Amino acid sequence: MVLTMLFIGVAMVASLADYHLLVSIHRPLGIAILILVIIRYVNRKLNPPPEFIATMPPEERVAAHYSELLMYAMMFAMPLIGWGMLSAARYPIVLFGPIHLPPILPHSLMLYAVLRKTHTIVAYLFFATFIAHFSGVLFHTLIMRDGLIDRMVPWRVRGPEINPP
Amino acid sequence: MAILGALVLCVVGSFAYVGGWLSPGLLTPGRFADGFQEVFGVHPGFRRNHAKGVCVGGYFESNGQGARLSKASVFEPGRVAVTGRFSLAGGQPFAADGPAAVRGFGLRFEPRHGGQWRTAMVDIPVFAVGTPEGFYDQLLASKIDPATGKPDPAKMTAFLAAHPETVRAITIIKAKPFSSGFANATFNGLNVFRFTNAAGDTTPVRWSMVPVDAFAPEGPADAQDKNYLFDALIARLRRGPVQWHMIITIGQPGDPTDDATLLWPDTREHLDVGTLTLDSVAAEAPGNCRDINFDPLVLPDGIAPSDDPLLSARSAVYSQSFTRRAGETKEPSAVTPAEVGQ
Repeated sequence: MVLTMLFIGVAMVASLADYHLLVSIHRPLGIAILILVIIRYVNRKLNPPPEFIATMPPEERVAAHYSELLMYAMMFAMPLIGWGMLSAARYPIVLFGPIHLPPILPHSLMLYAVLRKTHTIVAYLFFATFIAHFSGVLFHTLIMRDGLIDRMVPWRVRGPEINPP
Repeated sequence: MAILGALVLCVVGSFAYVGGWLSPGLLTPGRFADGFQEVFGVHPGFRRNHAKGVCVGGYFESNGQGARLSKASVFEPGRVAVTGRFSLAGGQPFAADGPAAVRGFGLRFEPRHGGQWRTAMVDIPVFAVGTPEGFYDQLLASKIDPATGKPDPAKMTAFLAAHPETVRAITIIKAKPFSSGFANATFNGLNVFRFTNAAGDTTPVRWSMVPVDAFAPEGPADAQDKNYLFDALIARLRRGPVQWHMIITIGQPGDPTDDATLLWPDTREHLDVGTLTLDSVAAEAPGNCRDINFDPLVLPDGIAPSDDPLLSARSAVYSQSFTRRAGETKEPSAVTPAEVGQ
């Protein structure tokens, strides 16, 4: 869902024919992510994630931990920046049909310009963090075959004889 | 390791592809805005097109007739506040007014309980081009050659040869005389939109603002006053409110909806849905019409775009122009009502 948003985001700013359709999806999807990321964060606090697996060296654990935190922060910030920049530009923030959100910032073009730029920079940063995290997970899953993926998904990828619980 | 590399490359590659980085020839909103800057120069803080303008305010009094076609709150009987901007086509904010420039009218309807509607209209009956690519080619073909002070005739001839729809549209545009000013001009929404009423019925429509002020034919440019069109509007507004009837033209099945170079037959039903009254005028300034993007796809529930490819492209390029000028230092506009003689 979040990855889809990044793709829609870069596609819509480069598109003439699909711009309107993509923006119409981007806005409500962003707000949906804002709600879901809050629920997910609360759930993570209530049900802490499993411990890091034994095959991860300490520096890799630090990287994994902070990249997860960074991704949470960005997933939370991005919809708010988007909402804020539309507010500063005084665009109506339409979700679907007659449902719209109120502006959360005053009408200011300079504020819009800064937030619009921030929205792009954080999006690229998010994509880079995702790629780093994704590569790390793939490395553990495909090369080391140490069952790290079991920490991430609710189903068991490898049998218990390879990675005893 | 190869699979890992391939997977990562695949994700990064598709990201770059949809972002347009792998297709440098693609006509993007950014390249469009670059085109305007190439033709008109860069004027920081101003719109890339329709750069010269003035802000107006007033209200729209709906007579309730429009509710038959659209459930948009703006068509419920009653008064809705509006913010508008009159402009001249072209990207030069300090150009002299003249009979050649197309006049624009951006309007934002602000119903109290949501359902905002924005429209950007012009005083010609059809667009000269039917596609974004056509618009871009026409823009570049009309670039002034510094040596002659005129567009290169060879480029314009080549453009028209490749675009018979433009030749046809120019005939339609020239068939009707232009008015003497902003206050007695008819402004047209040009593109087709879809209205949906409370029962769920959808109708293709176009709209126009038809002036109450009497028509007078356009005269030559005023050599003494480079803002003569705007100054006449300001003087007219000082004498009292200026009004337009909002006329909806109702399309029939089979009427073209995806080609803004074509007119519908004159026999189509015209519905008067209310009266627009403008009663104030102000120079562009922070927080007023200067800082509004009159994006034609800011539409309320009950109004939707048609399949006209110009609409999404207009929205994308207006947004690009808005974003570029938002971050630039602003300077005062050419048109300043306070300085126009009482």
